[in-house]
Amino acid sequence: MSEPLLEVKNLRVAYPSAHGYSDALRGISFALGREKLGIVGESGSGKSTAGRAVMRLLPPKARVTADAMQLSGVDLLNASERKMRDIRGGRIAMVLQDPRYALNPLKTVESQIVESCRIHTRASRSEARDRALAMLEDVRIRDPQRVARLYPHELSGGMGQRVMIAMMLIPSPELVIADEPTSALDVTVRGQILDILNERVEAQGAGLIFISHDLPLVGDFCDRVLVMYGGQVMEELAAHELARATHPYTRALNASLPPLDRRVEELIVPEHDPEWLSERRA
Amino acid sequence: MTAPSLEIVNLSVAFGSDRARVQAVDNAGFRVAPGESFGIIGESGSGKSTILRAISGLNDEYDGSVLIDGRAAPRPRNKAFFKNVQMVFQDPYSSLHPRRMIRATLMEPLEIHRFDRRDERIAQALSDVGLAPEFAYRYPHQLSGGQRQRVAVARALLLEPRIMLLDEPTSALDVSVQAGVLNLLNTLRLSRGLTYVMVSHDLRVIAHMCSRIAVMTQGRIVEELSADDLRSQNAEQDYTRELITASRVALAAE
Ligand SMILES: Nc1ncnc2c1ncn2[C@@H]1O[C@H](COP(=O)(O)OP(=O)(O)OP(=O)(O)O)[C@@H](O)[C@H]1O
Ligand SMILES: Nc1ncnc2c1ncn2[C@@H]1O[C@H](COP(=O)(O)OP(=O)(O)OP(=O)(O)O)[C@@H](O)[C@H]1O
Ligand SMILES: [Mg+2]
Ligand SMILES: [Mg+2]
Repeated sequence: MSEPLLEVKNLRVAYPSAHGYSDALRGISFALGREKLGIVGESGSGKSTAGRAVMRLLPPKARVTADAMQLSGVDLLNASERKMRDIRGGRIAMVLQDPRYALNPLKTVESQIVESCRIHTRASRSEARDRALAMLEDVRIRDPQRVARLYPHELSGGMGQRVMIAMMLIPSPELVIADEPTSALDVTVRGQILDILNERVEAQGAGLIFISHDLPLVGDFCDRVLVMYGGQVMEELAAHELARATHPYTRALNASLPPLDRRVEELIVPEHDPEWLSERRA
Repeated sequence: MTAPSLEIVNLSVAFGSDRARVQAVDNAGFRVAPGESFGIIGESGSGKSTILRAISGLNDEYDGSVLIDGRAAPRPRNKAFFKNVQMVFQDPYSSLHPRRMIRATLMEPLEIHRFDRRDERIAQALSDVGLAPEFAYRYPHQLSGGQRQRVAVARALLLEPRIMLLDEPTSALDVSVQAGVLNLLNTLRLSRGLTYVMVSHDLRVIAHMCSRIAVMTQGRIVEELSADDLRSQNAEQDYTRELITASRVALAAE
């Protein structure tokens, strides 16, 4: 890999809690090139926190340290807030988990996409409007004209995800962080959305961080995968190896998937080994 | 079949007017027996959540009927209805008040319905979904996506309803935590005879949890199949076959 697009070294995040600070990320490191990096792992293991840290979107009270957090040429740790406002939504875009909540409840879909498009590109209002409608069509929204005029609470769950993806992709970011972007999509629409994301990476050379709990999907779609547990990276592996992973946590994850081809009475819930947490990885 | 616990008949819901009008649900119908778990799958935007919101009365501007134990559900829904029927929303934020601690959100229904041992019940409900008791003292924005979703499940379970409407209840959970929540739901259904209607895009989850499944596109239920039909790819409609095949491709990739 040539010069990486994003490099994160020893990132630590702690949130204030009732008794002092509690750790959400305990020193994670990774590099991303023009590729698709999956992040899977336990609920609460710090996946969204990692994405938000790169965007510098963590609450002001969160304590963030790292040895490095670099976006090709920009020191994300020390960049001014003003500079970050340019980068956010421009060079780096994040599709947030809970999109209907993340969108502005008081503005229509169209006005939000147009606004974001005009902040980050030189498009005129009418150009931005055309691009918004074209993008809604690209993400397979039936009847974009109608949906453009809806407010976030009037969207279905999967429409909310697609609106957020459309909004984030219009300025052609170099780095896309997608936090559970397809969890509310049926498999057929999902395939089309994945094609669009893939196209950004393969044809435009963007980097993609794909946070998801869908192991078969990540194994199939991504190039590499980080497996997280308790604020640490348990293992990093080629995506196609995911189903044959060796780390006991990753194997436990694979074992608890409900099978589609046969009936089982009860699903396997993994026993958590305290060892996994004490383990320090380079 | 015994008298259904829940039945919808010719249910239709439309939004907007003139050019912006959309028939979100078009003459849908199904019956769910006591103790049965019924699934709904289908295209994004096809009206699945709208059906659940009509049943729960969150939107009572519907045509057709919603019957609970053979009797029409009151409009607007009353306290007795919510003691019987609880819903887990697709968006966990919608059942959590942003400026209230989780404890207050969980306490409220217990007070309204005059439950005893409230703190004990809250601690139990949180532990059932794999959350430590300390989570009661957080605000919704201080939780991860999957933790919020588990609080929403805990909240619906607190009132010990007989019928649960579950809209993508595990979509934000990793598979290990999902396994715990699905096992819990199955245990409760079998031990207390609960009735579920469950929406999910994950055919694995649907096949594991439900005995019969409705398939929706564009507001209509286009077919109903059994979990075995789903597993053996035995579907009539092209759309259903497409859905199953696409899920199988992902399966084959393992
Ligand atoms: N604002 C906050 N204040 C306090 N704790 C927080 C805050 N935000 C997140 N946390 C905690 O930090 C941990 C990591 O959260 P994060 O949202 O990164 O998890 P996640 O891996 O994205 O989980 P999920 O898969 O459930 O979305 C969790 O235990 C969560 O409760
Ligand atoms: N309050 C509303 N005002 C206008 N349109 C609405 C409203 N609520 C829902 N709709 C429309 O009804 C249709 C069905 O939405 P619904 O949320 O039921 O879909 P869904 O099947 O649950 O989809 P998903 O799987 O994406 O969650 C969508 O076209 C949506 O835009
Ligand atoms: Mg998250
Ligand atoms: Mg829905």
